[in-house]
Amino acid sequence: MFVHLSAFYSYRSLPFCRFFLQIEEEEGGDSFDIHISVSDPEKVGDGMNAYMAYKVTTKTSVALFRQRDFSVKRRFSDFLGLHSKLASKYLHIGYIVPPAPEKSIVGMTKVKVGKEDQSSNEFVERRRSALERYDEGQATAMLSSYKHLKLKLILLPRAVNTQALSSAGILRMVNKAAEAVNKMTIKMNESDAWFEEKQQHFENLDAQLRKLHASVECLVCHRKELSVNTAQFAKSAAMLGNSEDHTALSRALSQLAEVEEKIDQLHQDQANADFYLFSELLGDYVRLISAVKGVFDQRMKTWQKWQDSQMLLQKKREAEAKLQFTNKPDKLQQTKDEIKELEGRVQQGERDFEQISKTIRKEVSRFEKDRVKDFKMSIVKYLESLVQTQQQLIKYWEAFLPEAKAIS
Amino acid sequence: MSSFDENNKERLRSVSVDLNNDASLLIDIPDALCERDKVKFTVHTKTTLSSFQKPEFSVPRQHEDFIWLHDTLVETEDYAGLIIPPAPPKPDFESPREKMHKLGEGEATMTKEEYTKMKQELEAEYLAVFKKTVQVHEVFLQRLSSHPVLSKDRNFQIFLEYDQDLSVRRKNAKEMFGGFFKNMVKSADEVLIAGVKEVDDFFEQEKTFLLDYFSKIKEATAKAEKMTRSHKNIADDYIRLSATLNSLSAEESTNYYIIKFCLKLFQNFLRVCLKKVEGRVASDEELKLTELLRYYMRDIQAAKDLLYRRARALADYENSNKALDKARLKGKDVSQAEEHQKRCLQKFDTLSESGKKELTNFKARRVVAFRKNLVEMAELEVKHAKNNMTLLQGCIELLSGN
Repeated sequence: MFVHLSAFYSYRSLPFCRFFLQIEEEEGGDSFDIHISVSDPEKVGDGMNAYMAYKVTTKTSVALFRQRDFSVKRRFSDFLGLHSKLASKYLHIGYIVPPAPEKSIVGMTKVKVGKEDQSSNEFVERRRSALERYDEGQATAMLSSYKHLKLKLILLPRAVNTQALSSAGILRMVNKAAEAVNKMTIKMNESDAWFEEKQQHFENLDAQLRKLHASVECLVCHRKELSVNTAQFAKSAAMLGNSEDHTALSRALSQLAEVEEKIDQLHQDQANADFYLFSELLGDYVRLISAVKGVFDQRMKTWQKWQDSQMLLQKKREAEAKLQFTNKPDKLQQTKDEIKELEGRVQQGERDFEQISKTIRKEVSRFEKDRVKDFKMSIVKYLESLVQTQQQLIKYWEAFLPEAKAIS
Repeated sequence: MSSFDENNKERLRSVSVDLNNDASLLIDIPDALCERDKVKFTVHTKTTLSSFQKPEFSVPRQHEDFIWLHDTLVETEDYAGLIIPPAPPKPDFESPREKMHKLGEGEATMTKEEYTKMKQELEAEYLAVFKKTVQVHEVFLQRLSSHPVLSKDRNFQIFLEYDQDLSVRRKNAKEMFGGFFKNMVKSADEVLIAGVKEVDDFFEQEKTFLLDYFSKIKEATAKAEKMTRSHKNIADDYIRLSATLNSLSAEESTNYYIIKFCLKLFQNFLRVCLKKVEGRVASDEELKLTELLRYYMRDIQAAKDLLYRRARALADYENSNKALDKARLKGKDVSQAEEHQKRCLQKFDTLSESGKKELTNFKARRVVAFRKNLVEMAELEVKHAKNNMTLLQGCIELLSGN
């Protein structure tokens, strides 16, 4: 049984963990509310076969679900499995599937082996919050775009077999990533300015978000340093207070040491907030933007496919024309058949391309509305954490003031 | 390069407290000029004492002049029983200068925003160092002027009044004393102080206390400095963050929402970190604490020096006793030895008497200074936190109300 550190409880109870989403369907104006939380990490099994199970709790008024309030136990690979299923079904037709939370072999091994130290606790907490954000992301994505059975997949109380991320599965995901990296060398004749503009916009956003993320990671690091230095100073102030022979001053110095100790704890908490509320958020959005870029790339691929079939058709037609002058009726018929097939393919290609373009437009505008709202709410939560810290500081220093004044 | 005038200077509260409310000799440093490494202070004196030629006058002085004054006071036998105020430390612009250099090198990798902000930040740091050094030199002179014995010192008067370059006089003085006393003090003070058998309870207590307190305050100063540096790093991070947010908001985007909230976030961070910057220059809380500790660390060293001198005097006295005994045995130069012994005893007694007074005063002064600075620091912390809170809450309202 896992031992929970109280520090992490404070994060579970923070409002950010309980997002209440109200998503409006663009066409219908229906509002779906769904409220998901991931909690209670529990170690199941022993040794290398052990895994962490998380409780996924859903509260919803969406008619799709048979119940309003239910929870299931899922493990991390379930989430990955879900992502790979969704990605394979929806990515190529233009839906922005939120990227899967990151898998870390090292962290997981530590947990399996039972190392219940600070870093493995942190790892579990990180993962739990990542899964929660992921789930929220999934829910938004799916609810507002396609009220499908897929939704049932994740949230039904029945244990659904989406687990066991096979080696094939991992390989597929790696390949997908590699594909994205081997940057598109496709030159597309963009007839639609909207796409060009949006693509550029997302490129820039990506660059800026990465920079922001890096800065925030720096901030987290420095705040942790500050906490350590404050703790050290508190100790030295206490020693100074002990050495001081003037009674009132000695007491005041000891009080100062206590205040600084409390402030050290504040800095630690703030560093955690910096991390969980801000840094991880940015990290998620960086990955999300990559997914968006991926969707644009998919469109290009679709276009390419269409163009390829068109070129092939053209070639076949030329071949047909040539064959007209030769006396090879069989070959001619074969070519005619092939042309028919290719014509069909070209038409399909065009339809696919138009469909994906349409879907992307919808997805992007949904993204811009919902994600931005979501991002803004998270930032507000972070700012609230900063406010909390300031409030505590005021309390501590105001308590110290009379002690300092009492020195005579 | 950068000058510093009355309007500009915020009356920085000094870490040292004047227990003597005597207005007969008022000294301050209203102006200072910084050229490369050299800082030129304008020392301004206002006096009602007849020993000075004019009632009000100003002279330009360099850091080395202050050191000269301090050293001559230390080396004056008559002042052996006094705590000589610690010499002001050399103006140290190394840190901001190094950072400025690094900033110049990294200019290509930053946006214009970021560069300007960081530059401003560095200039503020530079100014802070400058203000600090002026203050520390001022405090040194003010402590001298408030001391009943030291304020009457001839060299002190020369320092205040002599309207020509002191460097010539400085050279002569160095040749005369040759830094004799200083060298001695540096080598074996702790051992000597610890080794001498103490007859007086008061001094025994003081000795134990000062030795221990010194090491503790040194430690506390070092840790406080580390804390201050961490705060500075965080402020720099905020600057970088706000610059990035600014670029984000400047993004030409058809997405209205992203721009709006980024701008607001940017404004928030900018104001919060601007406050931090302002805070650092004028009245930074942690800096205050660090300054307080650093100053008293030096002051306690000066008190230890007094104990050392007294210990040496005691050693001399004991030696003279032995010499007298030897002389009596031999029957030679007895009266000489008696004279010597009497002188040693006298010296030791005067030292002890004035030393006791000085150390008692020192404690009182230290307690008052600590109180003043701790109170000020706590008040500033509260004020700063309240400001930040208002700013942040305003921002939250703006963002939520969207």
